Amino acid sequence: MSVAESAVDVVPIKRPVRWHVGVFLFPAFVVYSAIMILPLIETLRLSFYNTVDGAPVFVGLANYKVLFGDARWAHDFWNALVNNFIFFVIHMCVQNPIGIALAALLSTPRLRFVAFYRTAIFLPTLLSFVIVGFIWKLILSPIWGVAPWLMSLVGMKSLFAPWLGQSGSALIAVSLISNWQYIGIPMMLIYAALLSIPEEVIEAAECDGITGWAQFWKIKLPLILPAIGIISILTFVGNFNAFDLIYTVQGALAGPDMSTDILGTLLYRTFFGFQLQLGDRSMGATIATVMFLIILAGVSFYLFAIQRRMRRYQF
Amino acid sequence: MSNRARTSPIRTSFVHLALIGYTLVAIFPVFLTIINSFKDRNAIFRSPLQVPTPSTFSLVGYRTVLGQGDFATYFQNSFIVTIVSIALVLLFGAMAAFALSEYRFRGNTLTGLYMAIGIMIPIRLGTVAILQGMVAAGLVNTLTALILVYTAQGIPLAIFILSEFMRTVSDDLKNAGRIDGLSEYAIFFRLVIPLVRPAMATVAVFTMIPIWNDLWFPLILAPAEATKTVTLGSQIFIGQFVTNWNAVLAALSLAILPILVLYVIFSRQLIRGITSGAVK
Repeated sequence: MSVAESAVDVVPIKRPVRWHVGVFLFPAFVVYSAIMILPLIETLRLSFYNTVDGAPVFVGLANYKVLFGDARWAHDFWNALVNNFIFFVIHMCVQNPIGIALAALLSTPRLRFVAFYRTAIFLPTLLSFVIVGFIWKLILSPIWGVAPWLMSLVGMKSLFAPWLGQSGSALIAVSLISNWQYIGIPMMLIYAALLSIPEEVIEAAECDGITGWAQFWKIKLPLILPAIGIISILTFVGNFNAFDLIYTVQGALAGPDMSTDILGTLLYRTFFGFQLQLGDRSMGATIATVMFLIILAGVSFYLFAIQRRMRRYQF
Repeated sequence: MSNRARTSPIRTSFVHLALIGYTLVAIFPVFLTIINSFKDRNAIFRSPLQVPTPSTFSLVGYRTVLGQGDFATYFQNSFIVTIVSIALVLLFGAMAAFALSEYRFRGNTLTGLYMAIGIMIPIRLGTVAILQGMVAAGLVNTLTALILVYTAQGIPLAIFILSEFMRTVSDDLKNAGRIDGLSEYAIFFRLVIPLVRPAMATVAVFTMIPIWNDLWFPLILAPAEATKTVTLGSQIFIGQFVTNWNAVLAALSLAILPILVLYVIFSRQLIRGITSGAVK
């Protein structure tokens, strides 16, 4: 009940005690604090401890020294970080532009079948990673031959390769699968932003002879920049926290030869263990802390450097 | 003039062409999986792109899945976890959103910001300590553990979206209720909740998708046979039956089905929720 009391303390004495404010806040506050915030803080704290002779001992920054100093750990970590960065760049360069383009097409005035297109394109976003991962594994599999057959239709069969199995192309292939799955999110958010542009602005542009492409680039794009900022930061947080798709397509080892290992899979392997390696709680907490700092840095950069400078238009 | 510029038939047909093209890319893999799950083994390999004909139609995959895996239990677990979590997220989220949007008290903004941290920082990063806590509380391999985690995960976004909507509920209406002697609880449950029902549906959809599809927490907190969710169950089933393509395709189709049904039910609500403001 401490929440209720602290909420009530501050009310001017004249008014009756407003217990209901505390009652309304209490359940959400307790569940959220107990399951989300406290474990997050506890994880940050654990990264400064290690188990020595079965008892947790404060070791300061020793875990971080191991992560960045030990050749094997540092190699895995930098490999995962670089892969994760490539994963993110591919999302920004493929998923978001295509999503914006689809939204722009969908918002064409008086277009028919919009609801159908929207539903169909959003469908993959709803599917679980297990389904998505496995369907694409089957399609790209040389055994089944669907992908080579499709490529032979456009005369490019000779270019087919088992992309998921080659360390040079596996990361790109997995990223593109993830793009295919998540394209619905930028599409929907940008579509909503485009719909909210007032008709008068568009009409004024048309009176000035700005239509088609020029209208999109000069009028609509500046108006939806805040929404593009939001999808960028959502992509960033989602990508640096991704795990499921890599796990279902390539397994916990993120093969071939760790070429698709990202921070999420590295955290899972480190913390939970796999095959012969035992799980290591302290190093898991250390990696989680580094991921936390990366995400925090990205979110702060967005909030303070980008969102503030963005021009917003009020109608 | 402007009307002609906007609806030029050549441009419109290009737009349709592009959208149809991407629509095919989006639904082809799902379509391929579903048609092949109804074919016999030879037909799957000989002509993967053909729809099942009477001579190739076969339900052997579905029989294997329903006979071997405990899919009924998995579905039941997923339904319990998803529905209870959504109910708790909506109830707790709406209550907190009401407190934050309706009453002025010191610490209001601060509490709002505190609750908003969870929108950006993923709960997954606390997994190490969450597992430790669940072990200490004896909740490992229970559905309760999953429900608690998903409730905490869903609350921040629910509060954010719902408080935006609750600010639009007319003050006159609430004050009229107060003058008529309704308690604050009655105002919340009988006046405000019915008015924000569309927003609640939006939150429900946004909360449902990641919970139903999550693999991370079931894998770590509840991997036991009795508590597996559909997502984890089909992942493991596929791993074991990797060479039995009939069974794998049938399992995938079965896992797609509930999401398709839910999406058809909720899609209008989802579109309306996205286009009506709070998420923009």
